[in-house]
Amino acid sequence: MNNLEKYNQVFMETLDVEVDQLQDLKYQDIDNWDSVGHMSLVAAIEDTFGIMMDTDDIIDFSSYQIGKEIIKKYQVEL
Amino acid sequence: MAYYNNLLNYRDNIAAIDENGEQITYQELHENTLLIRGVAPEHSLVFAFCNNSIGALCGYVSFLTNNVVPLLLKDDIEKELRENLIETYQPAFLYVPESIQEQFSELQCCIKLYGYCLLRTEYPISTELYLELALLLTTSGSTGSPKLVRQSYRNIQSNAEAIASYLELSETERPITTLPMNYTYGLSIINSHLLVGATILLTNASLMTKEFWTFFKEYGATSFGGVPYTYEILKKLRFFNMELPSLRTMTQAGGKLSPELHKEFAEFAQKSNKRFIVMYGQTEATARMAYLPPEVSLEKYGSMGKAIPGGRLWLKDIEGHEITQPDVVGELIYEGSNVTLGYAVCLEDLIKADERNGVLETGDMAKLDQDGYFYIVGRMKRFLKIYGNRVNLDETERMIKNKYSDMECACAGIDDRLIVFVTDNRKETKDGIKKYLAMKTGININAFQVEFIEEIPKGESGKTLYSKLNLLLEKNIGKQ
Repeated sequence: MNNLEKYNQVFMETLDVEVDQLQDLKYQDIDNWDSVGHMSLVAAIEDTFGIMMDTDDIIDFSSYQIGKEIIKKYQVEL
Repeated sequence: MAYYNNLLNYRDNIAAIDENGEQITYQELHENTLLIRGVAPEHSLVFAFCNNSIGALCGYVSFLTNNVVPLLLKDDIEKELRENLIETYQPAFLYVPESIQEQFSELQCCIKLYGYCLLRTEYPISTELYLELALLLTTSGSTGSPKLVRQSYRNIQSNAEAIASYLELSETERPITTLPMNYTYGLSIINSHLLVGATILLTNASLMTKEFWTFFKEYGATSFGGVPYTYEILKKLRFFNMELPSLRTMTQAGGKLSPELHKEFAEFAQKSNKRFIVMYGQTEATARMAYLPPEVSLEKYGSMGKAIPGGRLWLKDIEGHEITQPDVVGELIYEGSNVTLGYAVCLEDLIKADERNGVLETGDMAKLDQDGYFYIVGRMKRFLKIYGNRVNLDETERMIKNKYSDMECACAGIDDRLIVFVTDNRKETKDGIKKYLAMKTGININAFQVEFIEEIPKGESGKTLYSKLNLLLEKNIGKQ
């Protein structure tokens, strides 16, 4: 599985969404992406890619698209 | 005199500021309470759908001042539960944010306050409610049960005074909301701060958003409260590295914090010259029963502390006698004027007087240390605290059985993780149960785990042996 597939997989598993929902998905758009969902998502992304995000990046991680830009900063190539 | 009848004592102070910077003074809060007078009669029932806003705050205070009895609910409460509660208790009025008013378009609006409207329902106005009944709150509302806690005027005032006293609150405080106002802990922060003329910073933004921290810094928040999960979030957010010079106090309630996390926050507080105060309470005791003084937060980490001013805590053994020696486990009993009147499960119950007479059996098992500090060790009843919400395991089991009648199931778990054991191993069933529970309870799907089991362990009488299930928990928790 490449990194993009892994990234998608984390979203689909922690937020219980389908692949076709991902592109426009934003924080608090769906019930499962609340603060609890956000914690689980961040933890799963950190585990999957072996990174540790800063406070600002965790808070800024407010959509599927923005998240991609953020994890690139941690040398994760998508 | 009750604080809500004394608002003019602090007439020029700001009572609340919201996310948009809108403010309301104590004088304006007082003037708003006069508007509802005569519109809703004394001892009539209103359902108030709350969020952390000036409109919801104004409504709540006005109802207390005018002896109108509100049931506080979350503005986005699950629809079926909402209908069930309305049918059960037949409120004459609904107090709703304008954003959801269209869901009640057939009802007439009597009055508007700061983005809220008071709607008249088709039910007759009954004013027969018990005279001392001030407020209704839900307990395990999340599993669909309409059970309510009945709180009196004396309960609210007495608990607010005790909290303001042990937290040493003054009008210079600026607590920021991190909890919903219909949740007893969130409400106790509002009551105890309005009592002293402080300024409440109202926001619905979560700790995970930029908006929250911008609002926090812009208006110089001095304190916040959190359930155990809040403190896990804060740790994850590298809270210990944040620059928050205005922050004085962090309080914790809504379930037992892990001793490790308690210690970390106590150490942080000590180093950064702030206070970290672990507390203990229940809706049945208005809110608060015990607190661990910040001076001993580190020395006694893992403890829930001692009784609040004016209250008494003690441990009861199986024969009903008081346990006085350390390290012996018994049921925790609380006595004080904040012990609520009792429960309601139907309309007729709202006429009932005080059924507890100041004594509450908490259902929690605890022990004492040699210095008289209490430590929670377990629960007598089958429920979990999930993200600060009480979730009854038997009710959850019943919900699942109603929906999935062709299999067997049993619920168990630890705080923040409920495990459903099922005898159906199909992925669609297991995923379906998780989705169903998240939908019905309004709790994030990550709290639920469904595990296949060949057979639910049962005793000779056919009753589920939960002790056996609990043995299975350890190897299953966290397994994805």
